Amino acid sequence: MPRAFTPKVVTANHLLEGDVIYQTTTGWTRDLAEAEVLDDEAHADLRLLEATQQRDVVVGAYLADVEPTDTGPKPTHFREAFRMRGPSNYSHGKQAEL
Amino acid sequence: MYHYNDFDTAFLAERNAQFRAQVERRVDGSLTEDEFKPLRLMNGLYLQLHAYMLRVAIPYGTLNSAQMRKLAEIAERWDKGYGHFTTRQNIQYNWPKLRDVPDMLDALAKVGLHAIQTSGNTIRNVTADHFAGAAADEIEDPRPVAELLRQWSTDHPEFQFLPRKFKIAVSGSDVDRAVTKAHDIGLRMIRNAAGEPGFEVIVGGGLGRTPMIGKVITAFLPKADLLPYVEAIVSVYNLLGRRDNKYKARIKITVHENGIERIRELVEERFSAIKAQFAGFDQKLLGKLEAAFAPPAFKTGNVKGYEAARLTNPAFASWSDTNLSAHKADGYAIVSISLKAHGATPGDATADQMRVMADLAERYGHDELRISHEQNVILPHVHKSDLPAIYAALRDAGLATANIGLVSDIIACPGMDYCALATARSIPIAQEIAERFDELKLEHDIGALKIKISGCINACGHHHVGHIGILGLDRAGVENYQITLGGDGSENAAIGERAGPGFSADEIIPAIERLVLGYLELRDSSDETFLEAYRRLGAAPFKAVLYPQETKQDAA
Repeated sequence: MPRAFTPKVVTANHLLEGDVIYQTTTGWTRDLAEAEVLDDEAHADLRLLEATQQRDVVVGAYLADVEPTDTGPKPTHFREAFRMRGPSNYSHGKQAEL
Repeated sequence: MYHYNDFDTAFLAERNAQFRAQVERRVDGSLTEDEFKPLRLMNGLYLQLHAYMLRVAIPYGTLNSAQMRKLAEIAERWDKGYGHFTTRQNIQYNWPKLRDVPDMLDALAKVGLHAIQTSGNTIRNVTADHFAGAAADEIEDPRPVAELLRQWSTDHPEFQFLPRKFKIAVSGSDVDRAVTKAHDIGLRMIRNAAGEPGFEVIVGGGLGRTPMIGKVITAFLPKADLLPYVEAIVSVYNLLGRRDNKYKARIKITVHENGIERIRELVEERFSAIKAQFAGFDQKLLGKLEAAFAPPAFKTGNVKGYEAARLTNPAFASWSDTNLSAHKADGYAIVSISLKAHGATPGDATADQMRVMADLAERYGHDELRISHEQNVILPHVHKSDLPAIYAALRDAGLATANIGLVSDIIACPGMDYCALATARSIPIAQEIAERFDELKLEHDIGALKIKISGCINACGHHHVGHIGILGLDRAGVENYQITLGGDGSENAAIGERAGPGFSADEIIPAIERLVLGYLELRDSSDETFLEAYRRLGAAPFKAVLYPQETKQDAA
């Protein structure tokens, strides 16, 4: 049996800034908490396709696993946690900017 | 040093103008990312976890003060005020914006620097011994040959689409400070029976997921044959290298699968076919380059001030014990400036620190700086009478850490703090190990020990050739660190052996501490280094201190 679909968000890097962005129902955000959580596999594939087509806005869109919480989606893997926060050696990136 | 001629300057200007137009077409949507990516990579521009990253080549690790000041200016103007020196003698900027990159490249071009071929399946930045032109043990300065290779390989039409990336390292001494045995081609200068300098040519070395020590393809290559011979090797690889499988595409696999004898045969055949085409032009050019790299006018003078400072200032004495190396000229020393202050990010320098180093090079160091593959900065030519002043200036800039070659002089790749390929973080592990051993105040007792950390199997942190290597992996969604023991990047190169199961991020620092304290118990005298003790005793006693639980269970 195929594995059950787990909740996801569409994430990418911004073409001009290069930083991490997440897809919302209406556009893009730099705050994971505001991202659109995708519970349905077919819908997720469609949203990823739509993101990929915005080639003058985003680079390298993909689906990342999240855990929905009361305060919005949270990353489930440490790589996504680092992307959401920034590097650990300096207070640069999202941890400093958001 | 080599200075750009009109041809170099015009070439770079044209190339930068092309890239500026390519960026504009990407921004306005006329180029897709698939079309743009190979173009940006050819110009050193990556997209990483949090931002773009621009990798600037520092050919054979040599800079003058004007170039170092320009690197500082770029860090301040377009990045976050610092730069990261890498294990390939490059500098990386971690936060550029796409629209700014063409301006950054134009700024670099003003001082004869570029980011060409710092990525992609081409011949990459040629690296060299960071003590080139200065080391007491040197046969000849390897940089004229390295510059010849840079000019030959830059935009070489035959070698822009190789099966995979291709790295060449050159050493001018029997003592290998350039890790020549872990490169696609390693050139190690030696003398033949007649006393003439030439090269031992090594092919098929490399680290990464399939680490291999390079094999000698020719025991002595006369200097005059160098360029056609290297071209023959790359040509043979270009045809034979596997384009069907990225993981089998490096020349180390080509050599492994075909055997060194077959490769040698093909290279000799190709060499005979192309040698005549070089027609002496390469030798004329090499002659000019050798003149460009002529040693500076070394001064003479007494070194009493230096001796006196050593007696009166213990901190200076300690620094000069660890951070100086023997120079070929009387009264001179090679100064290694540590970019490994305890708790700092290995290889990072702020713009202010870069300016301090540039000023010192200009004032005391014949205007020369070097970047080492061990991520430190070198002042290659310093008269000993100037050392106390240099030390004081370095100390004021936070650059006087006395730890070259010691346990806290750690190589670490950027790891998952920046790199999109990484499977775990490297930098925090390096920071914590350095801080821990600083607390223990044992660093100088422990002596020579190279710890090298990579955040994935691609091994940019050279963990395979670390006396202690650490490899960060993702094990079921958690960072996990494997230890290898007994690696060596010198002329006695060896790949480290895996010690056993990995450690979590919380366990790895205590594990390294157990290992190093265990070595202090195991060594036969304070003169026996970690690597020597490992070679004498084998892995077993070191594994026993690393995994005390398992050893106890076995005994029970």
